[in-house]
Amino acid sequence: MGKKVLMKGNEAIGEAAIRAGCLNYFAYPITPQSEVAEYLSHRMPEVGGVFLQAESEVAVAYMIYGAAGAGARVFTTSSSPGISLMSEGLSYIAGAQLPAVFVNIVRGGPGLGGILPSQGDYFQATKGGGHGDYHLLVMAPESVQEAADMMMRAFPLAEKYRNPVIILGDGLIGQMMEPVEFHDHLRTDPVNNNHWATNGMQFRNSSKPNIVKSLFLDPDELNENNLILKAKYERMKKEDILFEPYNMDGPYQKLIVSYGTMSRVCKTAIDNLKVKGIEVGMIRPQTLFPFPETAVFEAAAKESCKAVISIELSMGQMVEDVQRCVQGLRPVHWYGECGGNVPTPEKVMDVVTSL
Amino acid sequence: MQSEVMFAGFGGQGILMSGKVLAHAAMEEGHEVLWMPSYGPEMRGGTAYCLVMISDRLIGSPVVRNPSHLVAMNRPSLEKFAPLIKPAGVVLINSSLIAIDAGREDLDVIKIPVTAIAKELGNVRAANIVALGAFVERSKIVGFDTLRHCVHEEFVNKKNFLSLNMNALEEGKKAAEMLPKK
Repeated sequence: MGKKVLMKGNEAIGEAAIRAGCLNYFAYPITPQSEVAEYLSHRMPEVGGVFLQAESEVAVAYMIYGAAGAGARVFTTSSSPGISLMSEGLSYIAGAQLPAVFVNIVRGGPGLGGILPSQGDYFQATKGGGHGDYHLLVMAPESVQEAADMMMRAFPLAEKYRNPVIILGDGLIGQMMEPVEFHDHLRTDPVNNNHWATNGMQFRNSSKPNIVKSLFLDPDELNENNLILKAKYERMKKEDILFEPYNMDGPYQKLIVSYGTMSRVCKTAIDNLKVKGIEVGMIRPQTLFPFPETAVFEAAAKESCKAVISIELSMGQMVEDVQRCVQGLRPVHWYGECGGNVPTPEKVMDVVTSL
Repeated sequence: MQSEVMFAGFGGQGILMSGKVLAHAAMEEGHEVLWMPSYGPEMRGGTAYCLVMISDRLIGSPVVRNPSHLVAMNRPSLEKFAPLIKPAGVVLINSSLIAIDAGREDLDVIKIPVTAIAKELGNVRAANIVALGAFVERSKIVGFDTLRHCVHEEFVNKKNFLSLNMNALEEGKKAAEMLPKK
């Protein structure tokens, strides 16, 4: 670990990618993530990497497909409308089983929406976005430090599963500055691409010709590909769920489920309520897919717990996953704000105490 | 213990930078810090603000209803934020551009003509650092030597502005020292 530096979330994401050994970045500017591109436009040349501003987000997605298919570590960043444009390519990348990292610094929607913080892309990230039967591994940081840490985990995870990983931030995570400490460099080459990458026979220890494709016209072959993908998603659920329990030891009567920026507001609300003698627990999913299903169920099932509430910067998206996990055992409520208005801790306290 | 400082003014007055320098100084002193800009479609002449949070423990909510202190560089900023500041907070009014009061008796209001002081130093753009010097001298929110070090780091690669801003910091400090004590 190095010295603490004060950095914007967007800049820290760019630096963390380089430290994770990713030297290929293709992107198209959009608020509130443009500082990633700004930062990497001078930083990538310094480290011998590639910075490329594409002609559109659609093109970015297929440049990622090409680079990942050739066995290179590659990533992009965008914000909500840009991710929509990339979603066709994301589906192809998932179908062709390629490792790549996407970052969505979410802004308000739908449509052009606004440029302020939002979590309105929860469904898009966790349930699809593009067509077909696929999932992304979705991570949601709550701070600049965690955004940097998750970037460094994202590449090995993408390679472990040969599946795209997406970091779901929001405008606030991208724009705010906090102290951040970077881990040392990880290894700088993707591993185990001998058996799938189309990087040229001279670069791999295998004589098998590799084909990267998502087209399977034979129904049995396509079914087989879908089964392979499904097995990966099941494995993610066993091996790579991340969540943070907060104030879960006491006899809490209310349980909050919240992630990202919103969960930080909830933490302050929980601390303030504790001073008043009111115990509230929280599960903060750090991976949104795979979702911490068992943790949410067990937290809701605790005897003292009377009600569960999903608090999100969206109009009731994660609450559907929370309801699914709680299985009717407790009433599940929702509270959220949109448009970029991040609720204050006082507002969250009112909402939780009035349950 | 946590305090929040709101810096507010016109776009182009260096609001985001003075906030960043303060955040840097607090980080150097070992505090947890968070710097949050207004990042709407601001431009030169529009409104700009940033919030700096300084704490001795991990910072939770980046959203605060009532900040502890305010540095108001123009009148709309004072009118908008003064009613929100916690009692006993320091409110710096840039009296070169603001002809009104904070309208509250429970605040530590200091009126300093930071724009005029910067003009006397030769460059109106240093008004933000004059304000920063005065605010830190009054609030003692970070040590002044740490602040000097951080202003130096901020401008060390902008040689033409280094001595200007180091002087601006000292002039701001002097202006605050001349005021009656709380």
